[in-house]
Amino acid sequence: MRMTRYATLATLAAGLALGAGARAQDTVKIGLILPMTGPFASTGKQVEAAVRLYIARNGGTAAGKKIEVILKDDTGVQPETTKRLAQELIVQDKVAILAGFGLTPLARATAPVATEAKVPMIVMAAGTSIITNDSPFILRTSFTLAQSASVIAAWAAKSNIKKVFTIVSDFAPGIDGENSFKSGFAPSGGTIVGELRTPLQNPDFAPFLQRAKDAAPDAVFVFLPSGQGAAFMKQFAERGLAGAGIKLIGPGDVTDDDILNGMGQPAIGTITAHFYSAAHDSKENKAYVEAFEKANAGMRPNFMSVGGYDGMHLIYETLKKTGGKVDGMAFVDAAKGMTWTSPRGPVKIEPDTRDITQNIYIRKVENVGGKLYNVEFDKVEMVKDPGKK
Amino acid sequence: MVTVLFDGIAWGTLLFVLAVGLSVTLGLMNFVNLAHGAFAMLGGYVTVVMLNRFGVPFLLCLPAAALAAGAAGVILERTLYRRLYEGASHLDQVLFSIGLVFMAMALADFIMGSQQQIVHMPAFLRGQVRLMPGVEVGAYRLFLIASCGATALVLHFALVRTRFGSRLRAGVDNARTARGLGIDVERVFALTFAAGSALAGLGGALGVEILGLDPTFPVKYMVFFLIVVAVGGSGTVTGPLLASLVLGVCDAAGKYYLPQTGAFIIYAVMVAVLILKPQGLFGRAAAR
Amino acid sequence: MQPLGYQTLREHMRARSAWKPAEYLIWLIPIAAWFVLPTHLSLLSQIAIMGLFALSLDLLLGYAGIVSLGHGAFFGLGAYVAGLLGKYGWGEPLSGLAAAALVAGAFGYVSSFLVLRGTDLTRLMVTLGIALMLSEVANKMHWLTGGADGLQGVAIWPVLGLWRFDLYGRVGYAYAVAVLFVLFLLARRIVHSPFGQSLRAIKQNERRMHALGAPVMRRIVAVCTLSAAYAGVAGALLAQTTQFVSLESIGFGKSADVLIMLVLGGTGRLYGALLGALAFMAMRHVLSGMTPQYWEFWLGAMLVLLVMFARGGIFGLIDVLRARLGWARA
Repeated sequence: MRMTRYATLATLAAGLALGAGARAQDTVKIGLILPMTGPFASTGKQVEAAVRLYIARNGGTAAGKKIEVILKDDTGVQPETTKRLAQELIVQDKVAILAGFGLTPLARATAPVATEAKVPMIVMAAGTSIITNDSPFILRTSFTLAQSASVIAAWAAKSNIKKVFTIVSDFAPGIDGENSFKSGFAPSGGTIVGELRTPLQNPDFAPFLQRAKDAAPDAVFVFLPSGQGAAFMKQFAERGLAGAGIKLIGPGDVTDDDILNGMGQPAIGTITAHFYSAAHDSKENKAYVEAFEKANAGMRPNFMSVGGYDGMHLIYETLKKTGGKVDGMAFVDAAKGMTWTSPRGPVKIEPDTRDITQNIYIRKVENVGGKLYNVEFDKVEMVKDPGKK
Repeated sequence: MVTVLFDGIAWGTLLFVLAVGLSVTLGLMNFVNLAHGAFAMLGGYVTVVMLNRFGVPFLLCLPAAALAAGAAGVILERTLYRRLYEGASHLDQVLFSIGLVFMAMALADFIMGSQQQIVHMPAFLRGQVRLMPGVEVGAYRLFLIASCGATALVLHFALVRTRFGSRLRAGVDNARTARGLGIDVERVFALTFAAGSALAGLGGALGVEILGLDPTFPVKYMVFFLIVVAVGGSGTVTGPLLASLVLGVCDAAGKYYLPQTGAFIIYAVMVAVLILKPQGLFGRAAAR
Repeated sequence: MQPLGYQTLREHMRARSAWKPAEYLIWLIPIAAWFVLPTHLSLLSQIAIMGLFALSLDLLLGYAGIVSLGHGAFFGLGAYVAGLLGKYGWGEPLSGLAAAALVAGAFGYVSSFLVLRGTDLTRLMVTLGIALMLSEVANKMHWLTGGADGLQGVAIWPVLGLWRFDLYGRVGYAYAVAVLFVLFLLARRIVHSPFGQSLRAIKQNERRMHALGAPVMRRIVAVCTLSAAYAGVAGALLAQTTQFVSLESIGFGKSADVLIMLVLGGTGRLYGALLGALAFMAMRHVLSGMTPQYWEFWLGAMLVLLVMFARGGIFGLIDVLRARLGWARA
């Protein structure tokens, strides 16, 4: 990355000016590992753009330290690569903090590295509950699937939805989502009329949707990784499920802001529960969306981006608290209990789980001034991760 | 039941248009072109840009996509591929074409971004059509079956009945004799390659609606193309067509009736076919 | 070739199998790397592992002429065997390797009967199909393999009870290189043995070997088994050094990668496998460090350029250059 290289040059120059020994202490290096190529590249691009935006808006220093971000591509599908990159960043680039992590397997494979090296690891995207248990050095600024799924389950139960068919991606977050939806939905009298798990990388949803249609539920609950929602949405409409009176509900991944506007007519009316919408009504968010779109040629920020943005915020604020020191556990301890107002609304890092607590909004896809947005119409305040026992 | 069958056939015919070009280059010209999917991707992106950005009617986008992919095919064939007909082993061809795939994926990402592309179909291709009471099928899938079926017919006719077809078959069977008979084998091959690429482009354009489109397209579906070619056998149009249909129906039915098994079924079908009939279902007797 | 007596044939073979000076130099490289690139050891150990994996494919493709696009099946199988052993209480590394070799070899033995027939394309697709099926099975057996989430909680004991796998990857590197070296020596002996010669003869002309009364089938089955066992060891090494097994290790991507690496280096030379793995992984590392989004373009361009200038991978290019410079082929 050119930016990093310039940053390195700048720090190098600064280091030479102040004497060689001073350099390492004046810079905090952050190793940012994201899927920049491959099937999940859109997640990586969103998070990276948000990280750059945060630095652009808040300056390249925190607590007197220069912040340097080193970006690495793990292609999204090779956990051993993610792990190796993390090792290299620590051993070779001497990063003080690891960040990024687009998908659950990637984060979980890397967790032992963070533990062994005693390096704080900020999970900015992956959303399975168990991740934060894998290492005491993990802090999460994204969300957990269970948060969104439990809220939509409660909403469905009280909105006269009796029979639900679930379709989730066959990996940890999907299974988390399925379980927490079921445990939230069944006790309040709902029935699950069918459940399917689709392969992680499988774009042809037609047969699965046909099955769902034949089961004649009131609603289909769906979770797919960020970026795969479009194909699903399209086929949902083509199959005539909406016409048969079947609602589409789920966590917000399926109506991802990144591609929502392109989905067109079929997406309208989809009801999801999630922690961030680009249409969230607050002055922080308006400024965020505007700056983000300006810096990225009109690309709309999605929920992944806000995880990256808040991850940087957490790093900056914690550095201020520790006076710029990153001593593994001390840094993590300082980050515990941190609260702030993010573009998504109020958030808190739970001291005991190091996971994020936040508002979960119920949203409906609507046409706002010729563009599609997830418009929030209800919320549950400060939802803790229900997946933690 | 009928709907599942119908979905399978639609998926199969689409697969046919996407893969038949590869069947020609691999089967007839004996060239391993793993970059075939890249031409399909090009067709897809041409459609996306024309349809979404410039509002060109979808039916006009299709020939444009085929033309663009065919043109790209001619250029690459003349500049690069041609050098690998003689003296290069299959393995060299693999290395070369996979290199092209890498470049194509990065270029697509650079120009179009990494997100899924979405196209908006004209009204008459949206929604469902009632074939008979109780059986509703997607309008677009019906269109797919019709257009891909027509393509297959035209191809079959072109290969079997036209002078070009017989020249091509002659050039493949014995290039030296064909040259002796005054056939410009080089030119025939170049045109064939272009036609194969154009078909891929057409398939890519038709496939955006069903398969989605992002820069990883060429590798995501490479396995499917290879399966069609291997199972269908080379040298005919009917072989790959029937293979595509069998695969499409097996895949759709497998996912519908036995969703737990995932993609297992089509792999099992392929391995079984190839063990029983190593030349593919409809392959000509081993010429090589 | 002029007719050779038995005695001269043996001498001829011995001369071919003798170590050349360049080979000693080649094996100094991994030792030098330890000192020159101390912060890259985890990358280097993954290169060594992929080198071993490519070597296993070379035994099959380069010496017996069997194209496989499903070699990842054996690699992944080995990885899961070693990983599962580590997870469920047996983390001893060397016996883990042996178990992986055994299981992968057994699977290779069974599946070899399926690739006896058919053309290159058929073999390619049958191997691919088997690998894809196995990867679907691994995906569906979530309770055992962790599915797409990967196998967590693999604990590997210190090597020989002495050296713990460390964060810097020192032990992992030394371990991987040592295993690679030993197995390379073995492979080198095998390909220069009468067995290896007969494989090459089968590759050149299978019918002739049939006519000569050579047990073609048995030879092919044997080399499939051997190659699968090698691949299993490579997979086990990856599982042990990273203490993690991903679904990707058994997937199409691994099979394709290793084929590209081998072809890039050059087939049928053993060193081609090592060189290919080194070149491919190093290029990928450097390029993706420079441009994390678009490194694939430059990697692809390198491959295309290479094929434009030479046939038979990097070794082919070396031959071309040698011929240009007027050096005789060693």
